Parts: sequence; C-alpha cells; structure tokens
Amino acid sequence: MNATSSPRLSVRGLAKHFTLHLRGGARLQVLRDTWLDVDAGECVALVGASGRGKSTLMKCLFGSYGADAGVLRFESSAGPVDIADASAQRMIELRRRDIAYVSQFLRAVPRVPALDVVAQRLVDAEPLPASDNLDDARHEQRMDLAREAARALLGRLNLPPALWDLPPATFSGGEQQRVNIARGFVQPARLLLLDEPTASLDAANRRVVVELIQEAKAKGAAVVGIFHDEEVRDAVASRCVELQ
Amino acid sequence: MTEAIEPLLRVRGLSHRFASAREEGYAVQDADLDLYAGEVVAIVGESGSGKSTLLNCIAGRIAPTRGTVHYRDAGERWLDVRVLSERQQRMLARTEWGFVEQNASDGLRLDVSAGANIGERLMGQGERHYGRLRASAERWMARVELDTARIDDSPRAFSGGMRQRLQIARNLVTHPRLVLLDEPTSGLDVSVQARLLDLIRMLTTRMHLCALIVTHDLGVARLLAQRTLVMRHGRVVEQGLTDRVLDDPQHPYTQLLVSSVVMP
Amino acid sequence: MISGYNFAYLDERTKKMIRRALLKAVAIPGHQVPFGSREMPLAYGWGTGGIQVTAAVIGRDDVLKVIDQGSDDTTNAVNIRQFFARTTGVRTTTRTREATLIQTRHRIPETPLAAGQVIVYQVPQPEPLYKLEPRRTETAKLHAAEEYGLMNVKLYEDLAQWGRVETSYDYPVKVDGRYVMAPSPIPAFDNPKMHRMPALQLFGAGREKRLYAIPPYTDVRSLDFEDHPFRVEPHHQACERCGDTASFLDEVADANGQVHRTCSDTDWCADRVDRQHAGRTSP
Repeated sequence: MNATSSPRLSVRGLAKHFTLHLRGGARLQVLRDTWLDVDAGECVALVGASGRGKSTLMKCLFGSYGADAGVLRFESSAGPVDIADASAQRMIELRRRDIAYVSQFLRAVPRVPALDVVAQRLVDAEPLPASDNLDDARHEQRMDLAREAARALLGRLNLPPALWDLPPATFSGGEQQRVNIARGFVQPARLLLLDEPTASLDAANRRVVVELIQEAKAKGAAVVGIFHDEEVRDAVASRCVELQ
Repeated sequence: MTEAIEPLLRVRGLSHRFASAREEGYAVQDADLDLYAGEVVAIVGESGSGKSTLLNCIAGRIAPTRGTVHYRDAGERWLDVRVLSERQQRMLARTEWGFVEQNASDGLRLDVSAGANIGERLMGQGERHYGRLRASAERWMARVELDTARIDDSPRAFSGGMRQRLQIARNLVTHPRLVLLDEPTSGLDVSVQARLLDLIRMLTTRMHLCALIVTHDLGVARLLAQRTLVMRHGRVVEQGLTDRVLDDPQHPYTQLLVSSVVMP
Repeated sequence: MISGYNFAYLDERTKKMIRRALLKAVAIPGHQVPFGSREMPLAYGWGTGGIQVTAAVIGRDDVLKVIDQGSDDTTNAVNIRQFFARTTGVRTTTRTREATLIQTRHRIPETPLAAGQVIVYQVPQPEPLYKLEPRRTETAKLHAAEEYGLMNVKLYEDLAQWGRVETSYDYPVKVDGRYVMAPSPIPAFDNPKMHRMPALQLFGAGREKRLYAIPPYTDVRSLDFEDHPFRVEPHHQACERCGDTASFLDEVADANGQVHRTCSDTDWCADRVDRQHAGRTSP
C-alpha cells in the first residue's frame, strides 16, 4: 500500500451521545473526540472494556447511528465522502457496495433461502441495479452466477449444503452467523465492519474467518473490527486501538 | 453519483385539515418528503398519526389544504399533482402509479375474474388481444404466487392474503414507477404477512419501483424500507435511514414507539 | 284525432326541449344526452323514452310504423301505433318501405333503411357500463375520458367464462370511433345494420332520462378483441313461412312441443310470401 496516499477511512473528532427521553432525558456521552485512521489493506481492532463505544463507533461508520460532531472521511469508489454528513440516499448507495457490516445478528427477510441471502448481496451490488423489467431469465442468470460465489463461501464456512436452500430463521446461532459472514464477505467491500464475527463459531470456522479477513485485506479493504477472541485478533489485526 | 439523481416525488409543506375539524384539527401538518426511484420508504405511526391522510394527499385522493406535491413523470416532466385535471390524474393513477388498498376488496373488482382484474389496466391502455391479456394475467399470477388455474375464479373465492396479492398484481401489471401501499399486511395472518412482504420486497427491487408504505408495524418498516418517517399527531417527527430511526431514535416519541414494540 | 290533446300528446315546450337534446345528440354521435323525461300515459319499461322521441319529431306528413320484437301486431306495438294515430292523425303502416318514421323495440327491420327514414329505438338502460359500474358519476367520467378498459373487461369475462362473447343482446358498440354506446336490446345479429346506416337513428330511454343518436352514414363497430373479432353466426335455419335463411328467426314451441321458426320481422316475411305467391321470388 502506498503510505503517502490518504487513508481509506479517516475519523476526526467524532462525538456521539444518546439522550434517553424515557429516562427523563438522561444524557449518555459515549464518544467524545474520537480519532482514527485506517488504510486500505489494514485491519484495526477496537479494544477496551464494554461500554466504551466500540459498537457505537462501528454503527456510526455504517450510518446506523448519527454522529453529533466530527468528520468520518471515507474514500468511496466515487470519491471521498463524509459519512457523518451523508444523506440517506448516499448511505444507501455506500452500503450497496462499498461498506459491509457483519453484526452479531442476522436480519434476513423471512422466506429467503440462506444461499440467496448471500447471493442477493452480490446481485444488489452490481453497478447498475436498474430494473430488469422482470426479465426472469436474465434475473435467474444473475442470481445463478451469484449463487456460485455464495456456495463457495458457505462451503468454506462449513455450512452443511442441506441448509443452503432453507431460510436461516430456524438455524442455530452459529449457522446464522456463518450466513451473516458469507453475506458480508461475498462482495468485496472497501470498508469492512466486523462486530464479533467469530462469536458462536468453532475453531475450524474461526480459522476460515481469519482467512477471509486476510484475503479481504490483501484485496485492499480497510477493516475495522471488534474481536473478543484474542487469537483471532492477533491473527488479523494490523494494530489495536483502545477507545477512551 | 446518487446526489445527481433527481427525486421522483417531492412533497413540501403538505397540510390537511378536514372540513369538519376544529381550528387546530390538522390531520397532517407541514410534511416534507422526497422519494427516489428504486427505494422503499415507510411511514410509521399510531392510529390518528395522519399517515393514511398523508398517503391519500400524495395520491391525489384528497386535495390538501396547503402544500405541494410534485411528481416527475416518465417523460421527465415535473407535474404539480394538485393542478392536474381529473383526467390526467386518472391517467397517472392507471399507468405510472399504483395504490394498494388496506382492504384488498376495495382495490379489486370482486365481480369479475382474477384474470380480468389483472388485465383491466392493460385493456385500459389499449391492449385488445385476448390471448396476450390472458398470458399477461397468468404470468403475473405466477409472479405473485397465485395458482394460475384460478385465473377465471372470482376474487370472492380467494383468501385475504390471496386477494392482497391479486391486488398487487393488478397494480403492477402496467409497471408503475410509484406504488403507494396503505397498511398492506394488516389483518393478515403472520405467515401470510411474511409471504406478502417478501413479494413486495422482491418486486420493488426487480422493478426498481419507488414504494411508499404506510404501516403501524415497525417490523415491516425494518424489513422492507430503506428509509422511514415517523408521524405523530399529523407531524413528521423524525425521518431517515430505517435502521438509524429505529436504532438511534432522536425524538422522544420515536424512542417511545421503538421501546414499545413487543418482540417475539 | 282525439280532441283535447296537443298534436302527438306532448306540449310544444316539451317537444322543443327534446328536439334540442336530439340536436345535441346528433352532433355528438353515441353520447348520452340527459333530457327532461315526462310522465307518459304508460308505465316505465314500456317505451316511454321512444314514445317521447317519436312524439317530438313526428309531423303531419309522416308515415309511422311501430314494431315490437320485429312484429307489428304485438300488444305493445299495436297500442303505441294507435296512440300516435289518435293523437296525430298521421298515417300508419306495417310496411317498412312505406314508413318515414319507425319506432322499434328490440329489433332493426330486415329491410335495409333508406336515407330520409328515421328509426327510433326504445332503450331500457342507456349506460353500456352499467353492470360493471352502476355509479352515474363514475361512468360520466369514463365516457368523458374515453376510459373504456372496463367495457373490455366485460367482453374478456364473457370469453373467459363462456368461450365466446355471451352478450347476445344489447352488444356494445363504438360510435364514430369515440363513444361506446348501448344499442338497446337488439340482438347482436342486428348490430351490423347500424354501421353506416343511411337512416337517422335515435334512441330514447324514458326512465333513465337519456337520449342519444347516430347520424346517417356513421361508423358503428361492435366491440371485440383482435383475436376474437365480432362475428354474426349464421343460424342455418329456414323460416317456415317464407323460407328465408338469412333473417333473424323467432322460435316458438306449440302445444305439442314442436318448435316453429319464423321470421321475427313480420313485414319482411309477409312481403316475401307475397312475392312468392306472385311468382317473383323462389322460396
């Protein structure tokens, strides 16, 4: 990576608080003045005790939380953008391709089979998501191509093929997590946000996730992650950052 | 770049007071909203929040007391929905717009067959080939997962969920650009709801539709909508990305609403 | 002619109102024009609309023919003919060729009408969309906007349910390429006669208070589908009296259950029989 180019992600003076109106307006300041740089190909692990704002930072980066102040400068595929200031439309666009978030829960539309949950991410990320005018044949073509990639990934994560055609709602925690991970990694993102990606996974699958993260880094993704598993963290993190 | 894309619908300062109401009785006050092609937006709120009134004002079914609704049509012209002639409005309603009624029976012709229900808009557009009409109707029935063998059955013989899917097919057959849905899943069993939501999601994505969904169910908003508006007492108290509105609510009412939801 | 009544029963003001409405109707072929339908000395459903139209246009020199289901001698036809005879003193006839003014219920005469003749149809329901859309306010808008998808829905439905368009009477037509019109309960068999007819066609619905018109030589096309075009099915039966296989036939069962078929148009049939007896046509 070119050390003189600007970081993929540049956080300056990020502040975030919550006002709990239901608790009489109690104010909870979670982030005060957070600074962080992440280069392409780098993985930054957020460390520190719970409640210090690690998840909050991740959610601010994804746009799930709104920043009170500060700049979240991100080098998107269309140029630099301040996530803290981005419109809803812009965030929707960024989430389509450039930013992927693997949380601890899998939220999927009820009846969609696990394979399609993953494949859909790839299809949705295509450059021109214009209407296919309900050309079913073409749609199936796109989906089939995407499904191949999905199969490969789910296979690596050791999700039994018998589950691929089932909706994940009835899966175990670990099985759901693997679908979640596959969905996060199937489309090469420029910014990868991983919130406890290996929770509920066995050792073999933890290793697969480590490989996936390494591969993403090698492809130039900037990765920000929370890893409570120290072994995983040590394997993937370029450096650790403790939030105050 | 997204910023350069113009919205499909632009609502500014929309307010409506029903004629019989008291002086302060505004059902909707100062609503601002932009809708873009290919997105799903939810309007959530409790009964009496004004969400259905807002939807009806946008659809042109109610002439709002104040405010503007501008729509960018297929020819890229901006139309002021309120000053359109009734004929133009009707034309829009039949071609570029769709409206899915809360009660499917209100949005269907119960006395004609399912096939005729779907084909009506096409016939209204001048399609006069019986064979093609039938083929279109069959295709759409398959798309909304209705048994095509029932193409000649009256919707009276359909369940609520089936009627709702038929209503969706009836609206989408002319590939509208904007679809308004008024509580599309209310009154339906949970499993039926899931099927309907999946269908709506699939169709709006594949047809690059803009869909505006009024719902009291936050789960529906989370599942379907990229953006959500929260209404209370006729005002939009919060709007933004759905996950942000639901996970990081700013307005006290939104916080109350989100915390009140019973999770299964 | 009866004394104590105005010529043709209606007062002159009423006739003027109806004529004005008729002029408007003729100017907008197929468009339904509301009119101030009067109480007539017979109940709704018995031709009050047709009678008012006839009363408004009939003149002393007219020759009037009245038919009901093609026949001059049913009770209805006889009564209406006598009504006009007594209130106008005008000459009446059963011969289509002789008539200048023909009032009809549910048929068009087989004898082709000529320029200068006027035919008045009795109409029960002037709104072709009525069964699918009973709201007047709504159908008025549909006609105004030429939104006729619904009419095709009815035809589609017939095809879907019956394999053919089931409407055998009052089959809707498009007039002059613009308005969809109910031709009154004439059989679909008669629809082609309306197309570019040299005579003036007037329609009166008394109870519904509407009248409409088709000026001479106007395009009248029965609604259909591209792949199911409107067609009159030949019936391949012969009239027992005159042998005609091309005219519309009435079917009557006698006391023994035997079916007899005769021309519905009594004048047409009688004329053919006369010619055969005179040796001028073969059966």
